[in-house]
Amino acid sequence: MTMFADLPLLSLVVWLPIIGGIFVLFAGDKDPSGARKIALVFSILTFLLTIPLYTLFDSSSFAMQFAEKHVWISEFNIHYHLGIDGISMPLILLTSFITILVIISAWEVIQYRASQYLAAFLIMEGFMIGTFSALDSILFYIFFEAMLIPMFLIIGVWGGVNRIYATLKFFLYTFIGSVLMLVALIYMYSKSGSFAILDLHDLPLTIKEQTYIFLAFLVAFAVKVPMWPVHTWLPDAHVEAPTGGSVILAAIMLKIGGYGFLRFSLPITPDASNQLDWLIITMSLTAVVYIGFVALVQQDMKKLIAYSSIAHMGFVTLGFFIIFRITSSGDSQGAILALEGGMVQMVSHGFISAAMFLSVGVLYDRMHSRQIADYGGVVNTMPVFAAFMVFFAMSNAGLPGTSGFVGEFMVILAAFKANFWFAFLAATTLIIGAGYTLWMVKRVVFGDIANDNVKALTDINKREFLILGLLAIAVLVLGLWPDPLVDVMHPTINNLLQHISVSKL
Amino acid sequence: MTPFIQPNLLPALPEMVMLAMACLVLVVDLFLPQEKRGFTLLLSLLTLILVGMATVYVSPANSISTFGGSFILDKLAVTLKLSVYVVTFMVFVYSRDYLKDLKIYKGEYYVLGLFAVLGMMIMISAHSFLLIYLGLELLSLSLYAMIASNRDSVTASEAAMKYFVLGALASGLLLYGISMFYGISGTLDITELAAVIKSQAASNPVMLAFALTFIVVGLSFKLGAVPFHMWLPDVYQGAPTSVTLFIGTAPKIAGFAMAIRLLVDGMSDLYVDWSQMLIVLAVASMALGNIIAISQTNFKRMLAYSTISHVGFILLGLLSGTELGFSSAMFYTITYAITSSVAFAVLMLLNRENHEAGEIADLRGLNDTNPWYAALLAIALFSMAGVPPTVGFYAKLTVINSVIQVDMVWLALTAVLFSVIGLFYYLRVIKAMYFDKPDENQVITIKEALDVKILLSANGLSLLLLGLFPSLLMAWCVAAFA
Repeated sequence: MTMFADLPLLSLVVWLPIIGGIFVLFAGDKDPSGARKIALVFSILTFLLTIPLYTLFDSSSFAMQFAEKHVWISEFNIHYHLGIDGISMPLILLTSFITILVIISAWEVIQYRASQYLAAFLIMEGFMIGTFSALDSILFYIFFEAMLIPMFLIIGVWGGVNRIYATLKFFLYTFIGSVLMLVALIYMYSKSGSFAILDLHDLPLTIKEQTYIFLAFLVAFAVKVPMWPVHTWLPDAHVEAPTGGSVILAAIMLKIGGYGFLRFSLPITPDASNQLDWLIITMSLTAVVYIGFVALVQQDMKKLIAYSSIAHMGFVTLGFFIIFRITSSGDSQGAILALEGGMVQMVSHGFISAAMFLSVGVLYDRMHSRQIADYGGVVNTMPVFAAFMVFFAMSNAGLPGTSGFVGEFMVILAAFKANFWFAFLAATTLIIGAGYTLWMVKRVVFGDIANDNVKALTDINKREFLILGLLAIAVLVLGLWPDPLVDVMHPTINNLLQHISVSKL
Repeated sequence: MTPFIQPNLLPALPEMVMLAMACLVLVVDLFLPQEKRGFTLLLSLLTLILVGMATVYVSPANSISTFGGSFILDKLAVTLKLSVYVVTFMVFVYSRDYLKDLKIYKGEYYVLGLFAVLGMMIMISAHSFLLIYLGLELLSLSLYAMIASNRDSVTASEAAMKYFVLGALASGLLLYGISMFYGISGTLDITELAAVIKSQAASNPVMLAFALTFIVVGLSFKLGAVPFHMWLPDVYQGAPTSVTLFIGTAPKIAGFAMAIRLLVDGMSDLYVDWSQMLIVLAVASMALGNIIAISQTNFKRMLAYSTISHVGFILLGLLSGTELGFSSAMFYTITYAITSSVAFAVLMLLNRENHEAGEIADLRGLNDTNPWYAALLAIALFSMAGVPPTVGFYAKLTVINSVIQVDMVWLALTAVLFSVIGLFYYLRVIKAMYFDKPDENQVITIKEALDVKILLSANGLSLLLLGLFPSLLMAWCVAAFA
């Protein structure tokens, strides 16, 4: 174990998948099975290297761990600075785990240019881990933007019928938010002379500066999360993307938006966050309630799950921004509950949405249709699959015992301490969420066999069983025993809250 | 009679070598048969290498001034000249097969190219109005002839005529401004001019501003800033792609040098006036360049409009008025030249005997037929759009930083918002390469020579390398203005 202490673990975990992706690219399409094997090896290796990040993590400290710092661009005081704390570490583990599942899921499905497909995911994995571990804001920005390139190609080359519209919308929408964030970061550099995120946390800013910077960050992260009303790119992107693309998009890329709020908006502009929290809360509750109803009327399964993702991420942002209302009544435990609830919801949603999209992918691979109307009575021909799908649907709806319940419950409890009506509206998700998810499952899985296509369906094979099984275990374990996750986060969240409570003015 | 003092000839060694070698190439080429034309190319490449070595040999620790103060050699001049040689080297190598296809593989292309480089070298090192004008005209006349070198092409002749007429007009306006400054100061020397302006700035502001306007007009024409940009799209589209490749890269570096020598070395006391002019030009260029490029279907024309928007960014770096701003504009210019050369070079590779590749539709499905070149072109386009981890992102970062440092945050916001608009048309080309299927009737197999493949790959990968380690070039740019 001590050998890991000297290794630059974070750099390894960031660059290994990128190098692996380049190897896979050179393996080329002359030997696609070789390319697949190389990709699998690299993704498993990366996951194994992220495990020491958890086991060797010091749960009692809120300082950045596994830190690496080198001067990179001396003319601008930009450093290659990596480090993780209780917020970023679980997300990095989530990323490496989900990437393995995505690579396995593409085994037989992707035949056209398989090596480029797998290479894109591996390189994107490296960029995503880099985003979570970057402690220099320009390094963060570079990874944040660079991620868009492989995703753009994945949706555009291997996507559905309307993929070009969806992928262009995705790229342009997220890009416009990020460039505003870039201007804010450079502005703060001109004030402080440093791009280091931890320095920016301590930078004193006037309320006017804070408001503008908060709004710039808000545009960037609200598009990423996505929050209503800048959410319209997500349903298109999810529907048109191939299964693996939807999984990564939902499970990881949305979380980068939430992470951005915790790492940038709240600590750097606490007073502006305090004054404008009503805006975020309104947007979050609208997402939870209104988008929940929109999900109810969807005909396309993937679109339904996409809208459900937006609604679940509404919980995350709600949890992050009700803290000011709670602390103003003097209750810091409630605020910690809200922040931790949002974080748990992020990790749990990562597993659940991945599982839901993979399930729909299983059906799509067989029937080539995502329309609910084309299905009915799948349980008769695919009982094992039906069991998994119902389980994941229950966890999406927030059944206690599954991970979906933990995060939602924590946020609703904390919302009660802020304002009764916030909690009331947030709790309606328990009804609406159950509504759209279970109704979809009822129409697709249960009942009589709808048509001959459903009659001809074969149950899941070993590969699909492995993926869905691993996710089911993750969802169940996190739902029954969330302690390992919450304990790891606790000191960091505590420290964050203390930092936010101090006004910069 | 004042005795004649021999000027110190050593700083001008590179120019002298270039002149001698260009004349030698001209004469040697006369006696070569067509099959041996490759020797002319080799000789030209050798010239560039020799001149590069000479430049490094004479590079000074501090700036040296000679020829009565009209010729200057400083770190800025050395760096810019070396980048001109590198870019021209690449242009010569990439153009060979294209010229053969179009049956204009003549020695004149290389001789004119070398004379154009000589003109650029003089412009870069000039510290007198006369020498600036001399270099500018030498460059322009060589370019006019190069554009028209494809005699059988009507569009090329039209492009050459347009460029010639408009260029003559712009040179005339520039001369008018120069003559007014001569009238005010009594000298053509830039250092003396700066001293005169310093003393006169309070007493004669209208006259100085009037003269300055004409100088800025002449400068904007050469760079291609709005509203003096009209020649760019037609010339880029009409000229043979090998010449477009040359026009789009090296002369921008020389134009930047001219801007620095005139505005910064000579007229820095008029900063308030010319910076306001440049703000208008920069915003208009970024707006018009990005918006009109959206509707283009011809790849060369689209790149011309995108050049206009990039010129807007370069002007942003200049107008900030700080050393950091100038260094960032320099970095932007050099990296833009390198990026542009990749884009045009890949387009040239797609040329076939009966069909000149110029439309975006010619790039469709390039990932299926030639994935490596599609990747290189994609890197170049992402770099132009300013997406990390390419060097284009860093270039934009430095320029925006220099603008924010002088408290012009609204200008920075405008710049980034227009570059988001710009992203769209670059993505559209990438969409054609990666998401569209290639045309069945025109199957393209690129037969490229090994040297082109190696150089182009190195060129494309340098965009990623500089994106990861921009200090390699940035250190030189900062040193040039330190």
